[in-house]
Amino acid sequence: MSESASASVEPRRRIQFAFTDEQEEFRATLRRFLTDRSPTTEVRRLMATAEGYDPQVWQQMSEGLALPGLAIPEEYGGGGFGMVELGIAMEEMGRTLLCAPYLSTAVLAANAILNAGTEAQKKALLPDIAAGARRATFAITEPDGNWDPAGIQTRAAADGSAYRLEGVKSYVLDGHTADLLVVAARLPDSGPDHLGLFTLAANSSGVERSLLESMDPTRKIARIELHGARAELLGDGADATAAIRCTLDQAAVALANEMMGGAQALLDSAVNYAKMRVQFGRPIGSFQAIKHKLADMLLEVELAKSAAYYAAQAAAAQDAEWPALASLAKASASESYLHTAIETIQIHGGIGFTWDNDTHLWFKRAKSSEVFLGQPSYHRELLMQRWGV
Amino acid sequence: MSQVSEAEVRAEVREWLNANWNPDLSLVEWRSKLADSGWGMPQWPREWYGRGLPMKLVRVVEEEFANVGAVGIARSGVRLLAAATLLEHGTDQQKKKFLRRILTGEDTWCQFFSEPGSGSDLAGATTRAELHGDFWIVNGQKVWTTSAHHADYGLLLARTDWDAPKHEGLSFFVIEVKQPGVDVQQLRQMNGHASFNQVFFTDAKVPVENLVGKVNEGWKVAVTTLAHERRGADGLATPSRRGPRVGRIYEEERLENERANEPYKWYPQRAGRVDLILERAQETGAIRDPIVRQEIARLMILAKSAEWTARRARASQQQGRPQGPEGSLGKLAASHVARACARVHTMITGTAAMLTGRESPRNGIIAEILVSVPAVSIAGGTDEIQRNIIAERVLELPKEPRFDTGPFRNVRRN
Repeated sequence: MSESASASVEPRRRIQFAFTDEQEEFRATLRRFLTDRSPTTEVRRLMATAEGYDPQVWQQMSEGLALPGLAIPEEYGGGGFGMVELGIAMEEMGRTLLCAPYLSTAVLAANAILNAGTEAQKKALLPDIAAGARRATFAITEPDGNWDPAGIQTRAAADGSAYRLEGVKSYVLDGHTADLLVVAARLPDSGPDHLGLFTLAANSSGVERSLLESMDPTRKIARIELHGARAELLGDGADATAAIRCTLDQAAVALANEMMGGAQALLDSAVNYAKMRVQFGRPIGSFQAIKHKLADMLLEVELAKSAAYYAAQAAAAQDAEWPALASLAKASASESYLHTAIETIQIHGGIGFTWDNDTHLWFKRAKSSEVFLGQPSYHRELLMQRWGV
Repeated sequence: MSQVSEAEVRAEVREWLNANWNPDLSLVEWRSKLADSGWGMPQWPREWYGRGLPMKLVRVVEEEFANVGAVGIARSGVRLLAAATLLEHGTDQQKKKFLRRILTGEDTWCQFFSEPGSGSDLAGATTRAELHGDFWIVNGQKVWTTSAHHADYGLLLARTDWDAPKHEGLSFFVIEVKQPGVDVQQLRQMNGHASFNQVFFTDAKVPVENLVGKVNEGWKVAVTTLAHERRGADGLATPSRRGPRVGRIYEEERLENERANEPYKWYPQRAGRVDLILERAQETGAIRDPIVRQEIARLMILAKSAEWTARRARASQQQGRPQGPEGSLGKLAASHVARACARVHTMITGTAAMLTGRESPRNGIIAEILVSVPAVSIAGGTDEIQRNIIAERVLELPKEPRFDTGPFRNVRRN
């Protein structure tokens, strides 16, 4: 009864600690699709290609499941769902290491346009993205790998009604295959700290793209040189710093959820192997050394899941604390995923260190996810600042 | 059974409270009314001081009690664990003799389970009970007993057959604590407090009618007690009351709570006091140290995640979904939080972490945290046992080979 008493005092809160039946159903549908379309044989096939994804699967994701537009409002051709559903989709994709330009297109680029674009620009750009007809990405980081927008060096200069971009972007997710680039650049004419977001077709002249050799081959990243490339400014010219930060925070929440899907897949594989592998006349899972390790892994994964789910709920509810929680979830998921990967290799023993065993695929995804959007220590400091400490 | 509606229960309890609630009664007088009317434990059966209500209607009763500020039945210590155990396994004679005085608070109970030689392995108890005529004669030693020094009765787990396998030679008794064969001594802990007792039994007597359940089937009874312990002993939650609290009964209740809570006043410190971390970091200036900031953030992430994990478990329970793994992790998570707290409190406090008592920051609270946290990962099931339970029940990993099968007499022990 003390709960109902406090509920009437507290402001309206929509944060849920359990998924709805509809959300669970959505998860089940996705899981069936991804188990079927993204087995590790496919992951291995695609990771060896330069494109890194299967256009047919992308088409099915777009036409059958309407996934690219999942969190895009209906007026721009999307499904109108929010961060919680996006988190579920990411978690399921992370589970099977789906190789597809989803985080780049549906999370980073779509949200950058939503956060910074004018009504006309959203109407012009988002329906194609939602339909999966146009793959897009967000170019913010530069060769120094800094995720703080304050460190951006790329410059934009007005050229008639458009702008010319000059600089080098790096670590651009799916940057070599995207149709549309959303680029963060400095606008020195508008002020020393003034940032803008710009869109341009990736095949514009003055754009040089090169695929980087990435340790995680399931996640393709590119370097993009901009030599006076012609671009359009998103929005009405106001400073885009807040829009950029918001986009990164949304991506952090989505990525945290993706990581938890991967961590769970690793844990499942470690548990199954421990039940099956026999040494000294007994399954290794009967040794407390292995049992306790697995129990600790479960705890770590569940704790980080709680953070990822909570951050998605808070973002969906527009809770004032959500940017802090985005950093919290990102830091937590990063450490939990990588640690689960390390221990899963350990439990597999020698076989776990071979190329033929699948564990390293998740390990590498864990490693790239750990540092993409900022490593855990960066997000812990951000968390403290955002909590006002 | 009675298909009563919420409105009917509400009306009935309201009417009864109107007619009976009086803050100028003594605790025992009032609780006698509760026991006899069944409103003190409405989820209990009608024939045993309850009203046979389902749990969801019990909440309605709680609300009505809270509305008038009415005091509930006695609930301190292990009395409700004893009651739940007797309710399930006791004879009618035992229920009649013990249940009412448990509810009224006239009798205090304690639990004689753990021994110096059997902690995590509770079923390895070696305290023995031998039948001589109308009495069981008890010899041995129990430990970690709360409130034994003022308890009237104890729940006793003792070995009655040494040739049976470990779990099949134990019996469960109710033993009178205040008798010559029972010697209760305080046990001083590393943090200086003495919250528990060790108890020596030398030819202590238990009348045969105090056997609970059948001879050599005591483990089953103990499992009931332990299950209720894990569930936090059901019953009315500690009510947050509204309205004025004037009257003799409140004063008596306050004294009762004070006495009951005295042994546990260090428990918040045992959990690590995460609530003090930011204040302390600010007051010491440690908040400016980037390394301390990282550690604080880590700790806060852990503490928040543990809280959200518990809420996830509760939410899925409320939706009637099967319990997921998140429901079994709370205790282990609490250990991690407490240990991380102790580490970060030390970082923040620096050299002053050498001090204790009044010399220590926050009038000794910080020192008390540092020397109390080691209990968290032991009390109520060690972390290692928790990990075994998680691994075997949640992850369904195979059990360890056992070395304690066959006649208990031959099992290696301390």
